[in-house]
Amino acid sequence: MNCKGIIRELTDYLDGELPLAIKAELEQHLIGCDDCRIVVDSTRKTIEIFCRCEPVPLPEDVRSRLHSVLRRHLGKATN
Amino acid sequence: MSAPETKPRESTIVREDESALVAAAKSGNIEAFEELVSRYESKIFRLAMNITRNREDAEDAMQDAFLKSYSHLKNFQGDSRFYTWLVRITVNEALMRLRKRRPNQVSLDEPVETGDDLMPREIEDWGPSPEQRYAQRELGTILSEVIEGLEPDYRTVFVLRDIEELSTEETANLLGISVPAVKSRLLRARLKLRDRLNKYFRKGEPN
Repeated sequence: MNCKGIIRELTDYLDGELPLAIKAELEQHLIGCDDCRIVVDSTRKTIEIFCRCEPVPLPEDVRSRLHSVLRRHLGKATN
Repeated sequence: MSAPETKPRESTIVREDESALVAAAKSGNIEAFEELVSRYESKIFRLAMNITRNREDAEDAMQDAFLKSYSHLKNFQGDSRFYTWLVRITVNEALMRLRKRRPNQVSLDEPVETGDDLMPREIEDWGPSPEQRYAQRELGTILSEVIEGLEPDYRTVFVLRDIEELSTEETANLLGISVPAVKSRLLRARLKLRDRLNKYFRKGEPN
């Protein structure tokens, strides 16, 4: 597998969806190619950083409007 | 030999607790539904913002998603988590507004990538925990700016797959595109985000 092949298979590799034979081929390439190893590693970290980042609390004005809309409609729905 | 660990995992507790709240809300307990709203409002707003990148649209999408989830609660079968069901409703609401605002920017499908035009240009090691170089708030701003720069097609797939952790098939169904198209957009989105984060996270980059 060459460097273009690594990029082509990157998503399936990071998602653990590559067939074993192709995975082994890809990992063999990574042993000898620093550039591809760095791209795989930094792409994995990109996903982890976004996935781990907690959402900021809802802005107070947005929260207040949401709950006021809910109170208006939920009350009606049960009446 | 020590006794086996019997303490349930946190996610199990959250799920059981969530099921109890959903059951109470289904039987008309408004406080139980409000508790579900309070628990997920920040995540649902972030999801709507990440798709629409417009605060007004995101707020409308969130409000309608919670209202629809309440009025359709009787149809919720409980075969997935309530939160996952809520995500699906929110995505539909957010996409509807995005398509209205940018009718020509959300395409249905495209050819599968060959890898030829995707080779990253800047290749630098990031070190073991690059995000620790930034305070939580600063990191949040960086991620928000970086994701905002992505095209809506790529951004939506990335948000659903890598932030909300939906499956490829579920993402394809929600967006009305093929599985290869999801994978193709996801690859592009991940590489573009990696590229844009490189300047913040490369090893040796001053804080």
